[in-house]
Order: sequence, then C-alpha cells, then structure tokens
Amino acid sequence: MKKIIAYTEDELEKQLKENQEYKFGFTTDIESEVIPIGLDEDVVRLISSKKNEPQWLLDFRLKAFAYWKTMVEKKWAHVDYPKIDFQSISYYAAPKEKVDVNWEDVDPELKATMDKLGISMDEQKSLSGVAVDFVMDSVSVKTSFKEKLGELGIIFCSFSEAVHDHPELVKQYLGTVVPSTDNFYAALNSAVFSDGSFCYIPKGVRCPMELSTYFRINEANTGQFERTLLVADEDSYVSYLEGCTAPMRDENQLHAAVVELISLDGAEIKYSTVQNWYPGNKEGVGGIYNFVTKRGICHTGSKISWTQVETGSAITWKYPSCILKGDNSIGEFFSVAVTNNHQQADTGTKMIHLGKNTKSTVISKGISAGFSNNSYRGLIQINKNATNARNFTQCDSLLMGDKCGAHTFPYIEVKNSTAKIEHEATTSKIGEDQLFYCNQRGISTEKAINLIVNGYCKDVLNQLPMEFAVEAQKLLEISLEGSVG
Amino acid sequence: MLSIKNLHANIEGKEILKGINLEIKAGEIHAIMGPNGSGKSTFAAVLAGREEYEITEGSVDFEGNDLLDLNPEDRAREGLFLAFQYPIEIPGVSNVNFLKTAINETRAYKNKDAITAKDFLALVKEKSALVELDSKLASRSVNEGFSGGEKKRNEIFQMAMLDPKLAILDETDSGLDIDALRIVANGVNTLKSPDNATIVITHYQRLLDYIIPDFVHVLYNGKIVKTGGKELALELEEKGYDWIKTENVEL
Ligand SMILES: Nc1ncnc2c1ncn2[C@@H]1O[C@H](COP(=O)(O)OP(=O)(O)OP(=O)(O)O)[C@@H](O)[C@H]1O
Ligand SMILES: [Mg+2]
Repeated sequence: MKKIIAYTEDELEKQLKENQEYKFGFTTDIESEVIPIGLDEDVVRLISSKKNEPQWLLDFRLKAFAYWKTMVEKKWAHVDYPKIDFQSISYYAAPKEKVDVNWEDVDPELKATMDKLGISMDEQKSLSGVAVDFVMDSVSVKTSFKEKLGELGIIFCSFSEAVHDHPELVKQYLGTVVPSTDNFYAALNSAVFSDGSFCYIPKGVRCPMELSTYFRINEANTGQFERTLLVADEDSYVSYLEGCTAPMRDENQLHAAVVELISLDGAEIKYSTVQNWYPGNKEGVGGIYNFVTKRGICHTGSKISWTQVETGSAITWKYPSCILKGDNSIGEFFSVAVTNNHQQADTGTKMIHLGKNTKSTVISKGISAGFSNNSYRGLIQINKNATNARNFTQCDSLLMGDKCGAHTFPYIEVKNSTAKIEHEATTSKIGEDQLFYCNQRGISTEKAINLIVNGYCKDVLNQLPMEFAVEAQKLLEISLEGSVG
Repeated sequence: MLSIKNLHANIEGKEILKGINLEIKAGEIHAIMGPNGSGKSTFAAVLAGREEYEITEGSVDFEGNDLLDLNPEDRAREGLFLAFQYPIEIPGVSNVNFLKTAINETRAYKNKDAITAKDFLALVKEKSALVELDSKLASRSVNEGFSGGEKKRNEIFQMAMLDPKLAILDETDSGLDIDALRIVANGVNTLKSPDNATIVITHYQRLLDYIIPDFVHVLYNGKIVKTGGKELALELEEKGYDWIKTENVEL
C-alpha cells in the first residue's frame, strides 16, 4: 500500500509552526491572517468576514456548513485513500501568504517535465510555489483583453470581485445548479470556498476569444476550495479553458472545487479542462486529492459541452454533468483520463434528460498504465417527460501493461419509452502487434505509443481549441513516458 | 546484401526454423513457396526482428551488419521492409501521419533533417499514383476498415514511400483481384533497381508471371529443401507439394 503524506496532526502542527515563524520574521500584523486549523461555525464566519462578504453569502455558507456536519463521506467511488481529518486543515490563509519554497528543493523530475513543456523559468518557479517577482509580459495583453471584453459587456473576474461588483448576478445563480447540499465535498466547498472565477456573457454576445483562467493565475491564490460560476445569457456563446498543462503543485493536498454552468435559452458553453495537478512520485507518495463537482444546466435549445484531459492528481473524483432541462437542449462530455504509477481516477458524467428532444453524447477514453486504477462511472437518466431523448455513449479503456486496472460502471435509467440509448464499450491493450508493426516501419516503441495513444484519443483532443490540443498531446506523451517496457 | 547461415528459431519451445541458408545479392528477386505452416511467415518475422521468436543458432548478415543484433526499428531504418501477410490496424492514426513519422525516424537515424511538408506531399502523390491508391485511403486511419485488398495495396504504398533496400512481401498477392495484382506487381517492378532486392513469399505461380524471380525456393518443415529458377514455380503449380514431401520424408 502507498504511504500518504500530510494530515497527520503532528505534521500539520509542525508545518503550521514553521509558517508562523517564517511570517513573524517579516511582518507583524500577519498573525491574524491565518486561521488556526480546524473547522467550526466561527471559522466559516471568519472566512466570510475577512472577505467582506454580504449577509446573504454568509447565510449561504452557514447553511452549507450546518448540512455538511450531518453528512458522511461516501465511499462508493473506486478509489482508495486514508480517511481525511477535516479538523486538521487550515481553511483560510490570506492570498499572499504562500508557503515559500526553495527552488533547490523542487523535485528535479518536476523541473524536467516543465522544461519539456517549454515553460519559462519564471513561470516554473511560480508554479512550484517559489516566490518570484513576476514580471509578466502578459500584463498588457491582459489589460487590452479585459478592455475588449468590457466593451461587449462580458464580465470575467475573480469570484470575490464578482460578489462585490455584481452581487445580483452571483446571488441569482450561486448554488442553483450544484446545491450546497448536493454532496459531501460540494457542501464543504460551499461552506469554506476561498475564491475562483466568475463569468457572465450577455444576451446574444459571442465571446470573441477563449476565456482562460490562465490569465488569472497570478492574480490570486484561489486555494484549495475553488468556486466557478459561469452564466451564458440567451443566445450567447463562450469557450472557457480551465487549468493549464503545466504541472501544478500545491501545499494543500485536498482540493474540492465546485463549477456551475448556466446555459440560458439558445446559449452554448464549451468548457475545456486540462488537469495536471501533482500526481505524487513514482511510489505514489504525495500528490493531490482532487474531488470536484462540476455541473451545468441547459435551458431551451441550449448546449453545454465538457471536454477534459485529466493526467494529474493522485486521486481524481469528478463527474462533469449536464441537466438537460429545456426542450431541444444538448449535453456533451468528451474525456481523456490518464492514470500512471499509483494514480487513481474515478470519473465520468451524468446526463439528466428532462426536456423533450434532448440529446447527449458521451465519449470517454481511459488510459491506464503502471499500477494505476482508472474507472468510468456514467449515469444516463431519461425522465418521464423527456420524449424522444437520445444518448450515445462510447466508453473505451486502453491498458498498458498488466498491473493496472480499468473499470466501467454505466448506469442507465429510462422512464420514457421513446428514448434511444446506445452504449458502446471497448477495452484494449496496446497490442504487441501494433507496436511491432510501427517498429517495422522504423518507429521506436516510445514514438509508437504516442502515435497509438493520440490516435485513440483523437475524438476528444479534436474538441479542444487548437493550442490547447497541441499542449494536451504533449502532456499525454509525458504522462505515459516509459510506461511500456 | 543478405547472407543467412544455418538459421534456427523457436517459439514457445517449438522449433519452427530448422537451419535456413540463403544468399541474396542486390538486384535479385527471390521467391519463397511452400505448404501452409512450413515457416514462411516465421522466417519473415524473424528477419524483421519479432521478439517472440528465439534464435537458437545461425547468423544473418545484412549489408555488413549483424542483423540479429539490431532491434526491429533499426533493421527497418537500415532498409529492411516487411509487407505483412495480415497488416495491422491503428485506429485514429492517419496513414500519412504514420508514414511521415516513419520517414522522419529513419532520417533522424541517418542524421538527416526531417522531410519538408512540400517534399512529403510530393512523395505521397507520386507513390500513391504508382500503386493507384485512392487518395482517400492515404488520409484514413492506418488499415482501419480497409478491405483485405486495400490493406495489401497499402503495404506496397508504404514500401514505395520508405524505399527499402530489402523488401519481404509475405503473401501480398493473396486477396488481390486480378487488376490489383497487376498494379501491385507493376509497382514492385518499377521500384526494382540494381541496388535493392526483394523476397516474395507466395502460394501462386500467377504472381510470378508478373514479378519474374531469379530464384525460387521451397520452404518445407523449416528448411529450404529445393531451389531453382522460375520454372520451379510452374512445376510446383502443376504437381503440388507431394513430391517434395516424399523426397523429404526423412525430415
Ligand atoms: N505463436 C506461436 N505459437 C505456436 N506455434 C506457432 C506460433 N506462431 C507460429 N507457429 C507455428 O509455426 C508454424 C509456421 O507458421 P508460419 O506462419 O510461419 O507458416 P507459413 O509458412 O507462413 O504458413 P501460411 O502459408 O499458412 O501462411 C505453424 O505450424 C504455426 O502453427
Ligand atoms: Mg504465412
């Protein structure tokens, strides 16, 4: 079994002490900026007051917290990890109070990976948590970017900013797709979320560029409980990119984000994610636990398309879903999930068909290597009034070696007899025959694996915006390096 | 070009090749015939470097290199090509992308720059015309959903693109219709030069009407038991393998 770092009381106490010592050395008023470990109602109030939040938001948090206390962590996912002690985590640190890391101490393998991805030295340091004076060449880019969006009435800012500048929008939509009582981690997030992104596209506006959280990466440390709310008003369109291919390291082991998408009548949201949190080392030590709740609601004639490339984290638990409420609405889910070494992933989607003539497509490509476990879990639910609903699901697993596992858990619930549901599933091994065929044409085994894997994932990678797709391809290569002997 | 001495090979402890001797010079075409299961495909796979086979005895010299010492990709880069009896499908990887990777891997091995997009396209155009390969097939995934005959034709297209020194065609004629047979044979003949050589594995003398061999060998029970000129193929067509089998009962 693997050894898991952090969250032992001793270790945390030690860490916390170190942090405080360090901070004392530089400033005096900082003490109050860190909330001691543990979670109770006072902590929730404190977070809210530190962020200067209005009463309604505090009420939202308190309600979520009260509910969370009554919940137990469900263990149905096909992942295995030691019990998390939620009382040994600190739930608030002021954004600038990052733990400082020495560049010399950063894992050389991580450095090598970032080199391969072509990430600049400054950025590498910043991503590893090394304090740098960030001279961002993108500052001017960012400003003109914001101006342009502003002209169109598009709002794209941090969640905290939105709470202050656009409270009516946040209030109207927050928690409407993922209720604070939805699940254990969503409730926890609702109670203690730190920051995140907010985006609003006005009626009839086609957002002229990909909105990328990358532009915001250095604005604030969004912390371990991220909250994203994206509203596409009637007949609008937006393509949103989350994450980046650079390996992200964080001193927080547990990440529990919530993402809510609202696609109003005739709108379309394309939401693409590349997730590459630190997966732990080859022996499975360290690495991020990523427990995410992502869901979107589609009103009449609207569409939400989730595309994800998941290569990181020690444990991933994630089901981007669509509620197809409006008639003629469309939900899509395209996913590549790679697990290597000792990683575990349990991911998939839920398509809830409520409206008539609703359509959903699910393409899931799992790749397992090393000692990893990769599960697809999908629910297709056709409700009573969803006449003529259609679903197509294709769920493929690719195994590399014989020490890894691939599992599929499809759930189908149909309450309307006009529904048409197609489900295809395959499991294959990268074949000796395929590798030999490539070798015989002069292609090395490593290159051959890249070719075969990219071919296998093509339907999903094709959904990503161009530059993102190229990066994701490179990322797949690196994630699977040396996985076949 | 190729010098094989006393080659023995096993699979799963069972001896399949039992001492093969063969000399091939540049510019020659050799045909290998023989009954089902006699070891023809095994022989081809062993030359190409398939790892499942264990070489227990013998040596193979290819252009001054110890062939058995090279890994499969380096054998290919040194100019050995195998047209598979059963070509493999690689879903999602386009034929052209596959070939471009193959060409560039070989060029890198020889310290040459990658081929330019323009040159590559010109090459695709020229070679696909040679084997009359539908341009749609060139951009489709490698062999995926190809008909049996299309797969075979695609093998020869790949051979034309890679321009090998020694090509081994394992039953490339089986599954081809009469026109395709002529086209493929024509392609092989056009690619023939004094610097390269071809081994044609076949069951049918018909192919040898188009591709005229300098030598015909009969492989039986893991050994070359008879060698002759192109007339040997005619004799086999007429008489079958029984007389060879009786001649070699002691095997
Ligand atoms: N993996 C394997 N395990 C066991 N026996 C094998 C294996 N591969 C090949 N053989 C055996 O080796 C022998 C030679 O097979 P090979 O495919 O080389 O014959 P061939 O001459 O190409 O026949 P054909 O004309 O039918 O193509 C056969 O008896 C076959 O069953
Ligand atoms: Mg054969």
